[in-house]
Amino acid sequence: MPHPTSGAPSLLLMAPEDNCLIARTPLAAGATLEIDGAPVTLPGDVPLGYKVARHALRAGTKVLRYGAVIGTTTADVAPGAMLHTHNLASDYIPTFTLASDAHSFIGSTH
Amino acid sequence: MSHAALPALSGYLRADGRKGIRNVVAVAYTVECAHHVARLIVNAFPGQEVHLIGFPGCYPNDYADGMLKRLATHPNVGATLIVSLGCESFNRRGLEAAVEASGRPVHTITIQQNRGTRASVAAGVEWVGWARAVLDEQQRVPMGFDELVVATICGGSDSTSGITANPAVGVAFDQLVAAGAACIFEETGELVGCEFHMQRRAATPELGAAIVACVNKAARYYTVLGHGSFAPGNADGGLTTLEEKSLGAYAKSGASPINGILKPGDQPAGGGLYLLDVVPDGEVRFGFPNISDNAEIVELIACGAHLTLFTTGRGSVVGSALAPVIKVCANPDTYERLSEDMDVNAGRILAGAASLAQVGGEIVDLVAQVANGAQTCSEALGHQEFILTYKQFEPSGPGCFPLKAA
Repeated sequence: MPHPTSGAPSLLLMAPEDNCLIARTPLAAGATLEIDGAPVTLPGDVPLGYKVARHALRAGTKVLRYGAVIGTTTADVAPGAMLHTHNLASDYIPTFTLASDAHSFIGSTH
Repeated sequence: MSHAALPALSGYLRADGRKGIRNVVAVAYTVECAHHVARLIVNAFPGQEVHLIGFPGCYPNDYADGMLKRLATHPNVGATLIVSLGCESFNRRGLEAAVEASGRPVHTITIQQNRGTRASVAAGVEWVGWARAVLDEQQRVPMGFDELVVATICGGSDSTSGITANPAVGVAFDQLVAAGAACIFEETGELVGCEFHMQRRAATPELGAAIVACVNKAARYYTVLGHGSFAPGNADGGLTTLEEKSLGAYAKSGASPINGILKPGDQPAGGGLYLLDVVPDGEVRFGFPNISDNAEIVELIACGAHLTLFTTGRGSVVGSALAPVIKVCANPDTYERLSEDMDVNAGRILAGAASLAQVGGEIVDLVAQVANGAQTCSEALGHQEFILTYKQFEPSGPGCFPLKAA
């Protein structure tokens, strides 16, 4: 399992290839955080444990957490914006196919 | 990890050679119509190890029959009282014979032949009082980690579960497996998306194929039911998709090779890591595979689990009949609100106040203390939840037990 590593002081990067970060504490809208060396101002509040975009994500982008796909964006997402049910949907429930390896871990540390 | 660093364990020796970490008198009702009488008998022994289990249905079911036999002869159980109404389908004589064959004291009270509620309660209280006195004379004997079976489950998961509590239990599982224990993880419906990674961890190619088939079965079952294993509270806790929840849940299994697939009631073939397949075989029937967390805990116990590591982010407060539940709280805010119900504060990892390795080690230490008799929070608060419902399983295939076949 990937160990929590710091992507920014208040955000956790679970695996190097992830394109989302996890709020280590509740974060307030307007706070400016450093993500990958660049300042990002949060467009909205982010509760503890919720996900934000690591960089700009176009609609239709696979979102990776723990180095694995957890779904696909359904709208464009700005850097630092929260990723949740309003802009991220499961690939599995509507499109599950038994023959596909698409949902397996990518780049796992096991 | 050096085995010498682990504390010594002790348990109650049973006639079949297994050892229990508790010495419970189980009171088992064999239909809902006998539930009240059985509960009144249990209620006569407050604060003592007298636990209520049972099956509510009046129609016969091989799964429920097998489950109650396994539970009534679980290593943590020293004696069993069966409470039957009399006209139900459940094979109470078969259950009594199974307990008797295990060398445990057993007695059956049939309410219709025993002059009704009041007389049946009185007879039950008298027998349990006798059995309790017999069990209280028994002494603990030394027990090895290779005689210990530890289960894990998650409930009320949130986005912190997969960062703190679940990987910390994974660390503990790796240490317990290294020490010779059998460790069981579960809920194939919450491992959707992890099947090919699990396949690569399987001890044999046959087992790897069986794991993939097992998760596919779960996916089909939940698809027919039209509802994945995902509750509104999961989304409130920051989890967005079933895949995300699955990946976090999977972390509980640690990194050991997977040695086998168990179905409810199957016993581990030895030490190592096992996956419990909780999803019924065949066409969808009888409803959701497990209607809530305790249905799964009961299945883990039926596989011989002495205790269960329960990770929670939103904050479940449950315990269980027969086998202690250790609650590992993933979310620091939840821990603040529910600290009396939580045994381990894994949310410290988020704040940087503890490492995964530290919390994992803490869990292993607590497993040893609880095995040696220390009460968990849920035990101290009197939690003894129990659920058993209708299900249908086929016997496990040969690929599921590579250790036994070897």
